[in-house]
Amino acid sequence: MRKSTNQKAWWLVAPVLLLVAFNAFIPLMTVVNYSLQETFGNNVFFWEGVTWFEQVLRSERFHASLMRQLLFTSMILAIEVPLGIAVALSMPRKGPWVSVCLVLMALPLLIPWNVVGAMWNIFALPDIGLLGYSLNSMGFDYNFTQQPVSAWMTTVVMDVWHWTSLIVLLCYAGLCSIPDAYYQAARIDGASGWAVFRYIQLPKMKRVLTIAILLRFMDSFMIYTEPFVLTGGGPGNTTTFLSIDLVKIALGQFDLGPAAAMSLIYFLVVLLICWVFYTLMMRNEAQ
Amino acid sequence: MNKKWILPTLYILFLMLPIYGLLTMSFKTTNEILGGFSFFPQQFTLANYAKIFTDPTWYNGYINSLIYVVINTVISVSVALPAAYAFSRYRFLGDKHLFFWLLTNRMAPPAVFALPFFQLYSAIELFDTHFAVALAHCLFNIPLAVWILEGFMSGIPKELDETAYLDGYSFWRFFLRIFIPTIAAGIGVAAFFCFMYSWVELLLAKTLTSVDAKPIAATMTRTASTSGYELGLLAAAGSLTIIPGAIVIYFVRNYIAKGFALGRV
Repeated sequence: MRKSTNQKAWWLVAPVLLLVAFNAFIPLMTVVNYSLQETFGNNVFFWEGVTWFEQVLRSERFHASLMRQLLFTSMILAIEVPLGIAVALSMPRKGPWVSVCLVLMALPLLIPWNVVGAMWNIFALPDIGLLGYSLNSMGFDYNFTQQPVSAWMTTVVMDVWHWTSLIVLLCYAGLCSIPDAYYQAARIDGASGWAVFRYIQLPKMKRVLTIAILLRFMDSFMIYTEPFVLTGGGPGNTTTFLSIDLVKIALGQFDLGPAAAMSLIYFLVVLLICWVFYTLMMRNEAQ
Repeated sequence: MNKKWILPTLYILFLMLPIYGLLTMSFKTTNEILGGFSFFPQQFTLANYAKIFTDPTWYNGYINSLIYVVINTVISVSVALPAAYAFSRYRFLGDKHLFFWLLTNRMAPPAVFALPFFQLYSAIELFDTHFAVALAHCLFNIPLAVWILEGFMSGIPKELDETAYLDGYSFWRFFLRIFIPTIAAGIGVAAFFCFMYSWVELLLAKTLTSVDAKPIAATMTRTASTSGYELGLLAAAGSLTIIPGAIVIYFVRNYIAKGFALGRV
């Protein structure tokens, strides 16, 4: 759309700017403040410079949670994206089943996150939960509160359960925007199923898919409540992701300096990855 | 020949299983739950639900949650509307940077902000009010609402605005009388996503409240840790949190998918 230049438009944006800045700038500055100082309580602060940043960047604990976080995010993206596309492709386009599918699939998205954690905790309990009991009675040795592998698997499956629907809904929206004529043309040309997917469906889904991946990346990188309720970060530290670790340091041990430094590094990592992704996407769109 | 229905059916089955587990557990007595696994409740009981509906600490949790979610949705959508209009219609100094900056707030991990938020809202004496949680959730809901609404507005041809101005409409009269009804679907979708993210968020809601505005989610986590293992009660409370979401989905089912499809990044 052609847009006219109008500096008065700032007035329309001002309320948003004020509200978001109030919520973003002041807390962010507080964090920056803490990250550069040492305190022994009573609001007495000493200048520390970048000591905390060096400490966090060198600490093995931070490396370990960052690695776990990266592994978790790549695992769930690797499962959710293909699964989401596959389900969206095989969903009906017309008829009464469309509404039923959409409503049932959107259900997990609207369940409070701690309830998702609690639900999966109950579901996976080895002796009395549906999943845990079934797995154990089938002969698998499964106990997510004690075995790291089981805990990981449960956390990943829980996230797949929780969020794949978002990808399904977005891809489905993309698919619905393809006119029937495209498919008729493909049929006349005798295109194979793969060719239809590769040259008609995938390009149409590309934009919504990038939005979906971006959202899934951001949200999974910030994941806190669900694994905290499900496993509490355990057994040991095996499912302690970045946010859980951060809250442990900030509120559990009350080490404000290192926690603040870690917050900023964490935020910068998310921003950097999103920025790279955003720029790549924009370049693609411009072509 | 057509076997396409198998995958969505299996997928939905997979989605329903944990919910089924939660629901059956909510109808069991504590003894039965701890006694071992059963696929159906053996001694069907409504005691867990009765407890929630009669105990004020429980049902107030639901009311508190709904109050701040509604306040947040109203604030987010109403300030996002003019801003989205500005982004979709005009070029102004720093517009692209501003848009990206707004989106970066969507990327801020709530865990980073929990403690500073607590201090900020204590300092302005809003701690433990519904308003505090509603305002704090604006951090990620306003950017999202602007993003979605901007997508919908860009789909409306600019000729609509120009014709209205030629007819002598003032900006606000045009905006309220003509433009808002035209993008009603977009407003519905934006409101849905604001409702959703505010309803499911726990970390900030829990940090910013203690008694008077305590959300249901926090009531649940505190019960889980203090009163031992009342799984049936927890399951009943959890099942009830699914209902508001289900109602909202039902109303916007035809628009959910469009919300992001039309939005641009």
